[in-house]
Formats: sequence, C-alpha cells, structure tokens
Amino acid sequence: MAQEVITVTPEQLTAADIERIRADFPILERTVRDGKPLVYLDSGATSQRPIGVIDAEQEYVTGHNAAVHRGAHQLAEEATDFYESARERIAAFIGAPRTDEVIFTKNATESLNLVAYSLGNATYSPDPAAARFRLGPGDEVVVTEMEHHANLVPWQELCRRTGATLRWFGVTDDFRLDLSNLNDVITPRTKVVAFTHQSNVLGTINPVEVLVAAAQRVGALTVLDACQSVPHQSVDLAALDVDFAAFSGHKMFGPSGVGVLYGRYELLAAMPPFLTGGSMIEQVFIDHSTYAAPPARFEAGVPMTSQAVALGAAVDYLRDVGMKVVADHEAELTGYALQELSAIDGVRIIGPSSTVDRGSAVSFVVDGVHAHDVGQILDDAGVQVRVGHHCAWPLHRRFRVAATVRASFALYNTAAEVDALTAGVRSAQRFFGVS
Amino acid sequence: MEKLYQEIILDHYRAPHHYGLRDPFEAQVHHVNPTCGDEITLRVHLVDTGDEPVVADVSYEALGCSISQASTSVLTDLAIGRPLADVFEALDDFTAMITSRGTVEGDEEVIGDGIAFAGVAKYPARVKCALLGWMAFKDAVVQIMAADAEPDPDAGDSESLSTAKEG
Repeated sequence: MAQEVITVTPEQLTAADIERIRADFPILERTVRDGKPLVYLDSGATSQRPIGVIDAEQEYVTGHNAAVHRGAHQLAEEATDFYESARERIAAFIGAPRTDEVIFTKNATESLNLVAYSLGNATYSPDPAAARFRLGPGDEVVVTEMEHHANLVPWQELCRRTGATLRWFGVTDDFRLDLSNLNDVITPRTKVVAFTHQSNVLGTINPVEVLVAAAQRVGALTVLDACQSVPHQSVDLAALDVDFAAFSGHKMFGPSGVGVLYGRYELLAAMPPFLTGGSMIEQVFIDHSTYAAPPARFEAGVPMTSQAVALGAAVDYLRDVGMKVVADHEAELTGYALQELSAIDGVRIIGPSSTVDRGSAVSFVVDGVHAHDVGQILDDAGVQVRVGHHCAWPLHRRFRVAATVRASFALYNTAAEVDALTAGVRSAQRFFGVS
Repeated sequence: MEKLYQEIILDHYRAPHHYGLRDPFEAQVHHVNPTCGDEITLRVHLVDTGDEPVVADVSYEALGCSISQASTSVLTDLAIGRPLADVFEALDDFTAMITSRGTVEGDEEVIGDGIAFAGVAKYPARVKCALLGWMAFKDAVVQIMAADAEPDPDAGDSESLSTAKEG
C-alpha cells in the first residue's frame, strides 16, 4: 500500500527545549544492556515521571500523610486538602464541568469495570433511580474491534451476566473504524456504546462526535477509553459530551496505582456502587445501608492518596508545557517514524500511514522476523519497545498478525531516538538474514 | 545477542525438525503464550514397549518467535524414540536451566541441543517462549496418563497406554 506521509507543522520545540524537558526525567539518564543509552519508546505502556511528580509524592508522604476524609486532626485535614486539590486540577485539565465528576480508581481498567459493574448492579437493584440503567435480553452493548481488552472484556462479562448482546464496529483495511453500518449497529436496542478515543495499537483517533451523536439519538450511554488521548492531546470531555471517560495516571507522567473515571454527575448520582465498604456510605444499619453522593460513593476504603497527589503534579506539568506543544511534538516524531520505517523493505505499518487523526503509537511487523525477536535486537541496542498483541488480540486477529512491534512516543522523545529505532530494525533484518 | 541467539537456535528456527501434525496420537493440546499471542498445537504418541513407555512421535504446528519455534524443534529431536522417563528428565533439566536466571548450567548429555538455550535464562521475558513447546508436551503426556488411569469401559488390551486417535 502507498505510504503517504503528511507531517503536521508543529509549534516546534527547539533542541534546547527538549534537552531541558529530558532533564526533568531522571530515568532518561540511565543506560541499559551494558552501557547503551536508554531509548525509551514504550510510553504507550507506561510513561516515565518527571522529578516534580516524584517530589510531590515524597513531599506528601514525608510531610502530610494521613487517611483522607477521616479524623479531625491536622494531618488528616492536610492530607484531605492535598487529595481534593489534585481532584480539582485533574477535573480542570480534562474539562470536567464539576470536580465531583472525577473519581479516583486504581487504573483505567478499574474505571471501566466500575461502570460495567455498576450497570450490572443496577440490573438487580431495587432502587427506582437505578431502573434507567437496567440491562437484559434484547438490549445491546456496542464496542469496537480496536478496543484494548480493558474496554472489551468487562462488556463481554456484563452481557454474559445480564443477557444483553455484545455488538461491535469493525476496522477498515486502512485502519479506521468502519462506521459504514453506523445505524445498523447503534439502534434503539443499544444501551451502551464503549469505544476508544485513540487506539493503543494503530494510533487511530476515532471520531468521538459521530459515535456520541449516534448514541445520543437512541438514548445510549457513551463510555470513552481515553487512556491514549488524555496524555497526548488536549481533551475537553464537556465538549466531547461523553457520559463516561477512563484514563490511567501512569501513562501521563503520573504514578501507577491511580486512574480516573470521569462520569456525568447526574448519572453517577443515580448509579449503584461498585465496591462497597468504608467511606462510601451515608448511613449503615445492621441489615442495610445508604450511600454517599459521588465521588465518595465510588471510592470505597482509604484511597491511593500519594498517587493521586502525584497525578495532580503530573497534570500541572502537562498543563505548564501545554497540550498543543505535546501533541505537535509527538506528531512530528510520529510523522518522521512513519516515513523512516516505511522506507525499510519488509516493514509494514499496522496503522494509518499519515499523522492525520493519528496519535503516536506506531505498530509494525517485519517480514520474516517475529516481533519478539525484533524487540530483542532493539533491546540489545537500548531501544525499549513493546512487542506482542498489546492487549488488543481481536485487532491483531483482524489483521492476521500474531504480534506486532510498537514504538510509542512522548514529549521527551527525540528524532535521534527514531533513528535508533530504525537502525535497530535494520540490524534485526540483517541478524535474521531477511534483508 | 549471539549468546542468546546461538547459531543452533537460528538453524532450528529456519528449518524446524518434525514439523506438522501427524497420526497416530493419544493427546493433542493447544497452548498459547497470552503475553504475545504465540500458539502451538502439539500431539504426542506414546507406545508401551513392555517395560516402559516410549515417545513414538511428537508432532506440532506453531506460530511464534525464533526461541519458541527452535526450542520445540529441539524437544522433538530429544523426545522422539526415547523412553518417556528420559524425556522427562531432560524436561526437568531444561526447565531448571531456563528458569534459573543463569545460575544453573544445563547438562548437554541430558538436554542435547537444549543447551543452546542457556542464554535465554538471562532474559526472563523470553522464558515462556523457550518453554511453550515443552509445557505443551508435558500437558499432553499428563492427559494421556490421566486417560489411562481411568477404568476403560471396553476393558480391552490392558497393556496399551490408550487407544490412538486418528486426526
């Protein structure tokens, strides 16, 4: 296929800017595999953390640590302020109209399960407020063939539990969502439409407005997997008008162990809880309980406080750099990587060949060399990429590949690192005798 | 890299031995490596020589990286025609070496070309690749033994390990 590469003109960061940014990330100074400089091209799996994020967590733990929303002592007050301040900054960062629409979870996978389990619980809840969420035989849940397992398996399970039917949009040969049958897939039977904003394999950015409009026409809920979009582009959830959105802290310069579920307040307020126990209650009697208002209703137990605080610092970092700068820099690297990789005989990009409506995940196969083996040769040169199906097995089946190599870029990556990637791919071809 | 990808591994990868699915067999298993999507379908045919079971055939079809393809090929060389007890000894030795992070040297007398995989032990992410075919073999044998342990309703030839299936 023709590999036409269109590069978006960036608000270009100078070499000095990038050096300064790289200096914020201590891990980038280390070497791997016997002294090779680290070339970290796996930010789509997890990103590295700037010193400000690490310091924020340390400052909280060493100076203010206490159980939040409990106790009346000074430390508890301070800890609660740190935690709630992070929630406010994160809400502003993603364009949430209200701070209490941001729920802290352990990761995006838990966020998506929270929605799926809450809807499942609504199906069996006696609460009249929950009636609108009930699912059963005849109802349909719509996903796409390009979903990460985290936005697929919970819906398979919800359908199994409730008797609803799972349906999905396919992917075209040019790696876009196939919406040619939009009105056959999203119908009055549809209750939930769950889809990714940006594919973690293809890099494809999906037309959120088209799917939201179709879902809203039939009164279906929309659930956006924003794991690969929130860290890499400006995302305004109010403008996107989705009902729910999920993302993880560790993919956006924050720590692991914290994720976010955004939910439209009036929906959260009517939904039954997912996990139950301490701090999510209103009143507890020996035989029944009533539940707190959101977000507390969905944050049972003592939360991941230092991680949430650090995620607040990560959001500050991204906001200070500017998401347009982040997106433009990544688009420039992505365009360059697509151009250089497509120029190698025997390399096939599994994803759009231009940077139009495309993020920075660049997946590819090398004819005659298994992805694992390409990854091993790259690793030997210090280049850290992901190999495998990237938790998107149905998508790999769709393109009849068992595994792909994925390079994914972040703010701190450079064009020289793209060169290290392509040099490594060529050396893998030589090593396995296919060039 | 040459320590990991010994020439012998690349040779087995480029031209795997005993590839393809064959009859007869007593058990067929399908194993996957869920982290990378690699798959193997493997059949085992055992015969009873009177004093001990012998591996008559190991046949397979697989999709995977050089390490998983080559290690399965090496397994078939080691196993076919050998007493099951010897093959299990090799399997234990190979597994111990591969999972040792480099602290256990394999015995070439026992594991043959399997010794070429010593370098894999230093790459924990590749351990599952090297063991994919071997674990499939172990599973298939366990299934055959379990089937044999069950009382045979037809109570025919009590000497046979089980009735060979035709694919």
